[in-house]
Amino acid sequence: MNKDTLSHIGRFVILILVQTFILNHINFLGWLNPYIYIIFILLAPLNINKSLFLLLSFILGLTIDMFGDSGGVHAAACLIIAFFRPVALRTVFGLSYEFQTVKLGNTGFGEKLAYVTLMVLTHHIVLFSLEIFNFSHILLILKKTLFSSLFTIMITMLVLVLFRRNDS
Amino acid sequence: MQQIINFLIRNKHSLLFLLLFLLSLIFTIQSHSYHKSKFVSSTNFLSGGIYEWQRSVKDYFKLRNENKRLLTENEMLRNQLSALGVDSVATQYLDTTNFDKPYTFIKARVIKNDYSKSDNYLLIDRGAKDSIIPDMGVITDKGIIGIIENTSKNYSRVISILNSNSRINAGLKNSDQYGSLVWNGKDPNTLQLETVPRQAVLKEGDTIITHGRSTIFPRGIGIGTIANYKLDENKSYYLIDVKLFNDMTNIGFVYTIKNRDTEEIKNLENE
Repeated sequence: MNKDTLSHIGRFVILILVQTFILNHINFLGWLNPYIYIIFILLAPLNINKSLFLLLSFILGLTIDMFGDSGGVHAAACLIIAFFRPVALRTVFGLSYEFQTVKLGNTGFGEKLAYVTLMVLTHHIVLFSLEIFNFSHILLILKKTLFSSLFTIMITMLVLVLFRRNDS
Repeated sequence: MQQIINFLIRNKHSLLFLLLFLLSLIFTIQSHSYHKSKFVSSTNFLSGGIYEWQRSVKDYFKLRNENKRLLTENEMLRNQLSALGVDSVATQYLDTTNFDKPYTFIKARVIKNDYSKSDNYLLIDRGAKDSIIPDMGVITDKGIIGIIENTSKNYSRVISILNSNSRINAGLKNSDQYGSLVWNGKDPNTLQLETVPRQAVLKEGDTIITHGRSTIFPRGIGIGTIANYKLDENKSYYLIDVKLFNDMTNIGFVYTIKNRDTEEIKNLENE
């Protein structure tokens, strides 16, 4: 139980509380909410055990679902981005990810933005497709995905920049 | 056999992913069908308790407005009593004939309220312990809110009228024509009344009320007024936009409606 593990557990709990009690009630313009709890998935250690990572992501999503009465939509979206995270990392960081020299704390702003954008867009499109669950509302799904993603990406980048640790 | 085990070990991550994904899809599909979303629900001990705690803090900031609203309602009720010729002096004595009405009201407090999703639910702080059962109606002094869907010991979940699964019988105040009230997922203060026959005489601003055609809501509970209306493609039914009396984004106290005769009516219908 070293310091890093503790900080990941703390982040897990704090993100769930912040998401359910503050961010789910923003309702900007009536229906826009940022979903920044996926920061846990974004920042999970790169060498984490994959099965454990999938299970943790599932529990994270299911907890958000439990508080929001939304069935299993967040759990499904979290699982998808947890499973495809290596693909996103390889796309953005290329060779330096293959050689395991990437540290998320000290990558450039552009690379970080690309990584966050890719993950958030995937998450939101799965989330809203399952939430609305009706292909005749495809325009509504795309509209919600686009605007919520912008909102989420903005706040996620803010959080990542503000809470960056200098040592890592 | 060896090869099957090897295959399982090699693909254990993908298999775990598929298993969990299937599970979450099952939860999702259940949440989209009325009356079945029971597993992942905020009525449980943990989230219900945390929401209750959050609500108890927030309540202090709303006391003034709630008081004003309750006073207005009391005033209105007293006026109604005196209009009916009931002696409205503070006589709160016990009289068994007072209880002999099919409908009784139980007050409850909303501890969680959604309105920005396409399927919204409310959580109230009364449950099976307070003899709340599924399929009871929920209203405020202004109009309807939804129907009880699921109860635990201390909490109940209400399927809001702002939910794609919700269909409630409603009709015009000045005639007996009725339709079903649904929500298109856009504006939380506007609902749609469908399948009102074209013979109905409509005017913008007409009042829409419940019609008492089910055992859930008694007749005459307010819903809203007609904002605009048009005929559908087949020119046989009206599609009506209803502006709600309630502000669905701001709900504090509610009443649940208990119908004494529900069982009797259901038995009769099933015979």
